[in-house]
Amino acid sequence: MNSDIITPVLMGIMLGGLYALIANGLSLVFGVMRLINLAHGDLVILGSYFAYAILTLLGLDPLIGLVISVPVMFCLGFLIQKYLMSKAFAISSETPLIIAFGISLIIQNANQIAWTPLSRALNTTYAQKSFFIGELQLPLIYLFDFIAGIIVMVLLHVFLKATYLGRAITAASQDRRAARLMGINTNRVYGYAFAIAMISAAIAGVFLGMTFPFTPTSGTSFLTIAFGTVIIGGLGSMLGTFLGGMILGIFQTLGGYFFGSASQMLIVYLIVLVILAIRPHGLLGRKG
Amino acid sequence: MTMDEVELEIKNIDVFHGTFQALWNVSLEIRRGEMLALIGANTSGKSTLMDTISGLLHPANGTIEFEGRDISRLDCHEIVALGITQVPEGRHVFPEMTVHDNLMIGSYSPCARAKTKPNLERVYHLFPILKERRKQIARTLSGGEQQMLAIGRGLMADPKLMLIDEMSLGLAPIVIDDLFKALKKIKETGITILFVEQNVKRTLQETDRAYILETGRVTLSGTAAELREEAKIKKAYFGLEECV
Repeated sequence: MNSDIITPVLMGIMLGGLYALIANGLSLVFGVMRLINLAHGDLVILGSYFAYAILTLLGLDPLIGLVISVPVMFCLGFLIQKYLMSKAFAISSETPLIIAFGISLIIQNANQIAWTPLSRALNTTYAQKSFFIGELQLPLIYLFDFIAGIIVMVLLHVFLKATYLGRAITAASQDRRAARLMGINTNRVYGYAFAIAMISAAIAGVFLGMTFPFTPTSGTSFLTIAFGTVIIGGLGSMLGTFLGGMILGIFQTLGGYFFGSASQMLIVYLIVLVILAIRPHGLLGRKG
Repeated sequence: MTMDEVELEIKNIDVFHGTFQALWNVSLEIRRGEMLALIGANTSGKSTLMDTISGLLHPANGTIEFEGRDISRLDCHEIVALGITQVPEGRHVFPEMTVHDNLMIGSYSPCARAKTKPNLERVYHLFPILKERRKQIARTLSGGEQQMLAIGRGLMADPKLMLIDEMSLGLAPIVIDDLFKALKKIKETGITILFVEQNVKRTLQETDRAYILETGRVTLSGTAAELREEAKIKKAYFGLEECV
C-alpha cells in the first residue's frame, strides 16, 4: 500500500482514542440517567480552559494540573446533578435537557468573558514532538491521546465492574426501581455518575487542548463528534465507544486526505448514517 | 424467638397515587418469624402496600412501625438497611448483569456487605442452579430461574423481613412448588416473610396467616385454616374462583 495513505489511517486510529475519551462521559450519563447531556462538549472545553489557566497562571504541566482540576470537576458534577438535574428530573424528562442546554450556554459565555473568543492551545514541549514508525513521522500527542483513551476506558470498565459504587451505577442504569429496592440510593449514585463523567471530561479536555486549538464555542463541534462516536459504537458499551472513536477518526483523516479538510467531517457524518442504517443499535450496543 | 412478637405494624394508613387513593385505612401486623400472605385481585392495592412498606411510596396518614420505630417517612435505601427487602413483581433482575453480579448488588447495603460471603453461600445452597449459572447473563435465564435469582438477591441484603410480590406469576406449577419449598427453608432460618399472591388456594396451603385486600381495604384476616373455611373468600374472589 502507498505509504502516504498509512499516515492518515494511523493518525485516525490514534485520534479515535481522543474521541473515545471525549465520548465516555456522554455515554455514561446517557446510559445511567437517560440524559442527553448537551453541555458535555462545553464541559470538556471547560476542562481545557481549566488546564490552560493552571498552565499560564501556575506554570504547571496540563497533565500535572489534573491533580487540581479532577477534584474540582468531580465536585462540580456532583453539585450539578444534586441541585439542578435531580430537581429537573422530578418535573419531567425533558426539563434536564433544557437545563443541560442552559449550562452549555453559561459555560460558553463565561469562557468568552474570561478568556476572550481567541483560539488557545495547551503548548507543552512534548505536544509538538513527533515519533517514527519506520519512515512515517507522526505527532507524539496523537500517541498520547490513544494511550489515554485506552487507560480511561479500562479504568472505567474496572470501576463499573468491580466496585460496589460502579455496580450500583450499572444496576441503576438497568432497572432504577429494582436498584432502589436493593438499597441503592439512586439520587446519590446519579450524582457520582455525573461526577465521574466530569472527571473524564477534565481528562478529555487536557488531551483535546494539547491536540487541537480551542475557543469558547469549540464544545459544540466536539459534542457532535462525541454523539457520532457513541452512536457508531453503541450506547452502553465502553469498547464500542472506543471502536466508534477509531472509525470516526479514520474516516475523518481519510476524508481529509482524499477530499480536503473542508469536507472531512461531511465524510464522517455520512459514515455515521451508513452505520446507523445497517446497525441501528450501533456496533456493540445492545438492542432495545 | 417468639412467634407473637410484632415485628412490623401498619396502623391506619392511607396511600395515594397522585389523586387516586389506593389504600384506605389499612392496618396489618406481621409477627416475627411468620409467613404471612396478602391476597387480592389485581388493583386491590397489594403491590401499593408492598411499595409503601419498602419506602417507594409514603402514606398520607397513618404509621408503619418496624421493631417499634416509625419508618413511614424513611427512603427506600434506609429501609433496606434496617432489614426489609422486597422481591418485586416481575422479578426485575438486572438483565445485562451476570447472576453473580446481580447477587452482589443485593448486598449493596452497608450492613449486608460484611456478610456477603456467608449469604452468598446460603443462596447457592438454597438454589444450586444459580451457582451453576453464576456467570450467565440474567436475561438469558428461564422465568423460574430469574425468580430464584430475585429471591436470592433479596437474601443477599441479609433481611429480617422479606416482601415477595407475585412470586408465582407466569410460572409452571412444578417450579412454583420448588419456590414454595425454598420459602419454607428461608422461613426456617428465622426470616419473616410477607408475600402477595393471586392464587388463593395455594397460598392458604402454604401460609400461617393471611389478609385479604379488596379495592384498597382489608376485608378479612385470620389464620389460613380460618380463612379456608370462610365462604366469603369465594365471593370475594369470584373473578378467581377456579383457583379456590
